[in-house]
Amino acid sequence: MDYGLDKKSNSLKTFNTIFIIIWLLIACFPFIWTFWGSFKVRADFFSRADWWYAITAFNTLIETGVRFTTEAYSGAWFEGEFWKASRNTIIVTISVVSISLFLGTLGAYALSRSTKNYAFWILIIALIFRAMPHITLVSGYLFPFFQLQIWGILPTTIVVLVAINQPFTLWLLYSFFKTVPKELDESALIDGCSYFQTFRHIIMPVMWPGVITAGLFSLMLAYNDFTVTALLLNQENHTMVPKIQSYLGTNQHEGNLMWAVSSVVSATAPLFLLVMFFQRQIISGLTAGAVKG
Amino acid sequence: MPNRSFFWFFLPAGLAMILFIGLPIISTGIQSFYAQHDQILVKVKKCDPFGCKVSVVVDQEATSKIKDEKPLGKFNGFGTYVDRNHLATNQVSEFWGESKSIGEFVSKVGNLPFYKALVFTLTYCVIVTPCVLLLGFIIALSLNAISRKIRGPLIFGTILPMIVTPLVGSLVLFWMIDAEGIIGANLQIMMNDPYLSVKSSKSLTWITIIIYGVWHHSPFAFVVFYAALQTVPQEPLEASIIDGASRFQRVKHIVLPHIYPVVTFVALISLMDNFRVFEPIIGFSAEGSAQSLSWLIYDNLVNEEVILFGSAAATSIMTIIGISIILAPVLIRTWREFRTSR
Repeated sequence: MDYGLDKKSNSLKTFNTIFIIIWLLIACFPFIWTFWGSFKVRADFFSRADWWYAITAFNTLIETGVRFTTEAYSGAWFEGEFWKASRNTIIVTISVVSISLFLGTLGAYALSRSTKNYAFWILIIALIFRAMPHITLVSGYLFPFFQLQIWGILPTTIVVLVAINQPFTLWLLYSFFKTVPKELDESALIDGCSYFQTFRHIIMPVMWPGVITAGLFSLMLAYNDFTVTALLLNQENHTMVPKIQSYLGTNQHEGNLMWAVSSVVSATAPLFLLVMFFQRQIISGLTAGAVKG
Repeated sequence: MPNRSFFWFFLPAGLAMILFIGLPIISTGIQSFYAQHDQILVKVKKCDPFGCKVSVVVDQEATSKIKDEKPLGKFNGFGTYVDRNHLATNQVSEFWGESKSIGEFVSKVGNLPFYKALVFTLTYCVIVTPCVLLLGFIIALSLNAISRKIRGPLIFGTILPMIVTPLVGSLVLFWMIDAEGIIGANLQIMMNDPYLSVKSSKSLTWITIIIYGVWHHSPFAFVVFYAALQTVPQEPLEASIIDGASRFQRVKHIVLPHIYPVVTFVALISLMDNFRVFEPIIGFSAEGSAQSLSWLIYDNLVNEEVILFGSAAATSIMTIIGISIILAPVLIRTWREFRTSR
């Protein structure tokens, strides 16, 4: 609330600034710490004896001879085959984003231009589908997928992620297409275009802002997914997030914690860059459903 | 749009949703009525010079044969729903009979796996959701008062906890508060208790996961509230300043009523997301003391010997019922609005 009449007292301003700084520390420090620690050896990152070791790299210096080591990265990426996981993630993410945008734009356009009752009910059903916990859906997939012998491969996971993503994409693009004036396509229809031609020549050129926002959310869903990818992919085809979990180790075999640390950093960095560039679109997407009602 | 064109436009998206969301829900429902086959046992008589012994062994051939014939398992009706790992009706009524006080009964029931998970899930929802709303609102108000020039980077920093996947977010926190991490180790020194660790105590684990939940979800509430704050009309605010309203009064009487619809939206979304809490339990390796409904399903599905499809499906169906109860008020309201708007 930035306006002339409102004179803020200095103490309130200071308090406000301190609060924001504390919050930002809470929000960001864990990531900065993990990033810093990923260049250390385990004894430093988890330095029970003296946390100052993590800053001065006491053990890292003894074990490797330098203060910053990329041992954890090379270990995870090559020995731990994290490159394979990141390749799988790229395949899954690109396919999911393109397929779900293709289906989503067509479906949402139809929903936004239909005045029938069933369009309303479809949106309500999509809302219910959006609320389903993913793990309950996975428990429905596993048995049929085993029977059909399509478990464990990337295409199955891609199709599943596209479907899970569809309700949210539909809602987002629906509220976007509502803001595109109806007169635009009505005039094209009067001029003799078919609905598909109208979509192709009139709507497609103006839909990119909405599509970019919807694409970002599909991307984050596919990139971040753990539930579906961990349970529907076999070891060989694991994407990054289940791979990180496998480095943590289980009761049966010991994991390699520093691999997990470095792969967390590797997996998070591209995401942060993406958000840095597309912050505006992500925020507009999050608020689309809420603020307009 | 005529029905025909609508049909063709919507077909691909609709097909994907029916095949991979609608059918799986039905498949879960069917699976929940079946249970895995019992192993077929045969008595084998073994004789050696010291006499004959009858021992019971598993007939592998017959077991795998029956599995191939009926892969879904044997029909169990509502058996899975009422067994010890789910609603445990027998145990509950038994406890009811033998318990001397309500407290004893509650604590006994709370130790059954399903109720244990239900209690954790509900506690998590009930505590995290209001905290998220409150913290998100305070951050939004406070960021809104900061100079516009530096808001961009501040917003970026604020939304970081939300955009990472819950598994990564909880791991990053866990590595700090673990007994060997920076915060955990220093807490031990400060409290002078070398055995203090998050894993060792149930209540500490719960608190950690709840703090994680608030940390992870608040940015979402912040973003929505922040956007809503931009739409608050300026005239009433200016009028109230002239009338001498304090800052708190302005927030209470003008800002809050204006963004009220958004508050219900955020509350609903966080409630839905919190109800499926699952990944932080894996990230914090907290399986021992905190289990949620989603985690129970996951645990059945990664079972090493036999995947417990029936058990997982029964828990899933009950989770879906829980979600529907949360959603019901909203759906009823939307339907009423739709009817009156026609």
